[in-house]
Amino acid sequence: MSQYILRRFLQMIPITFGILTLVFSLIHMIPGDPAVQIAGEGARPEDVAAVRKALGLDQPLWTQYVHYVTHVIRGDFGTSFQTNLSVADQIKQRYPATIELAMGSMFIALLVAFPLGIISAIYRNSWIDNVARFFALIGVSMPSFWFGPLLIIAFAINHEWFPVSGREEGLKSLVLPSLTMGLALSAILTRMIRVSLADELTQLYVTTAVAKGVTRARAIFRHALKNALIPVITVLALQFGSLLTGAIITEQIFSWPGLGRLLLTSISTRDYPQVQASILVIALTYIMVNFASDLLYGVVDPRIKLE
Amino acid sequence: MKRLLKNFAFTAGLLLTVALVLVAIAAPLLAPFDPNAQDTIRRLEAPSHSHLLGLDDLGRDVLSRILWGARVSLRVGFSVVILASLVGITLGAMAGYFGGWLDTLIMRITDILLAFPGILLAIALVAVLGPSLNNVVLALATIGWVGYARLVRGQVLKVREMEYVTAAKALGARSPRVIVLHVLPNVINPVIVMATLGLAGAILSEAALSFLGLGVQPPTPSWGAMLTSGRRYLGLANHLAIWPGVAIMLAVMGLNFLGDGLIDALDPKYRKEM
Repeated sequence: MSQYILRRFLQMIPITFGILTLVFSLIHMIPGDPAVQIAGEGARPEDVAAVRKALGLDQPLWTQYVHYVTHVIRGDFGTSFQTNLSVADQIKQRYPATIELAMGSMFIALLVAFPLGIISAIYRNSWIDNVARFFALIGVSMPSFWFGPLLIIAFAINHEWFPVSGREEGLKSLVLPSLTMGLALSAILTRMIRVSLADELTQLYVTTAVAKGVTRARAIFRHALKNALIPVITVLALQFGSLLTGAIITEQIFSWPGLGRLLLTSISTRDYPQVQASILVIALTYIMVNFASDLLYGVVDPRIKLE
Repeated sequence: MKRLLKNFAFTAGLLLTVALVLVAIAAPLLAPFDPNAQDTIRRLEAPSHSHLLGLDDLGRDVLSRILWGARVSLRVGFSVVILASLVGITLGAMAGYFGGWLDTLIMRITDILLAFPGILLAIALVAVLGPSLNNVVLALATIGWVGYARLVRGQVLKVREMEYVTAAKALGARSPRVIVLHVLPNVINPVIVMATLGLAGAILSEAALSFLGLGVQPPTPSWGAMLTSGRRYLGLANHLAIWPGVAIMLAVMGLNFLGDGLIDALDPKYRKEM
């Protein structure tokens, strides 16, 4: 098992450096002189020079890269152009809100997907199954930036059950944003659970168990479901990473004070140190979650340890 | 084809997709008003007989803007799919056919791009390049080519060992000819499926970027940008938040249905790989 973990960890290192390099090169993709673009049209030459110095653009490219990587490793992302505050501190402030939103969405997704997926697999090709599959298809086709405002209209404006935006009211504030992302995820999970469990239910060991006198319910929940959950758990872990990026849009809809909203605000104000750092943190979280899901797969499926 | 048409999902998807294409082509004829004509006195007016889906915040007809918005969505969608598939097929075919350091290099690049969340990279690219329709296409194609490359590489690895490929090489055919005439035609089916689903993804991504203000810029009608207005006037003009989303959903759903049907028809094995 430790060899498996080590191998996966070593595979992550070049990918992490690749992402660091990609994020570093973003500034250099700005058309024209990045310092002039960031300082803005009409900026004085001394302001442009100050921006160039602050971003290290007056140094050779290789020096800039080494400087960037060593600072990132130390957790130093520089200073925000907009607020003059430490970029790392602003990220630390906003990050928990994004994680909270992702966890809430995951909870909603599981609450809906598990019963629906299981029922759909047990009664496959029945009307229940068709309804579940249609729901799954609607879910993956429905954009969150449409669904979210519809939820606001229905439950925050027409019936004032939840706040329209913000995070001030604790759990109440979390409901609508979590529903927005969670229901879309539940569509994917429902489909996954249905396929996986339906496949397990056709296996010989299930028929054997029933033939030996085990009730069908026990055969499903004690035997088949456990095996069916293996691919589902790994998809779940991967989808958590997707929730983090999906949160960028949901935070904008609900003015949720997370990292995604910080990223969009810093894009609009051309606060490039903040833009770079926010993108990097979200991307690194995404690959860490994928790494964790790889490890989880190795834990839940003993066959993987033998690879 | 008859078998396909008996599949309800495929038929529904085909009808929706054909409707989308026809609407996009015929928008100048179908739209009752100029999509940019403003009637600011009647701004945010609810749906009525004269304006079936109401007016937006600048007094423009919502129905006309939705119809013209189909052009933008399809233009972005097709451009992204064509660009991404051309790059992806070329690099994937080269990686699979030649192998060696070229394969390693291309696959490591795809690993890095796949490790990066797709929409995040698109946001990052548009943020630095500047919001415009062309930059949206470029950003989405940059993340899109990876899937085609991996798919084609995998298919080419299987096909290159086939006897007909060996025979072609033995008869003196050069590598480009072998790849184009013998290898690629036999790997095209899953690419068609991916392209159909990719079109749906591109339309959704363009709408998302426009919603965030990073895509198509005003006054060009875009479904995503229309939803941004809709969000601003929730409670005052809910029709702005409803109808553009219906258009997006129908377009994406139709293409997803079509893609699913094509999977069954062209390459049932692909469903397992997917």
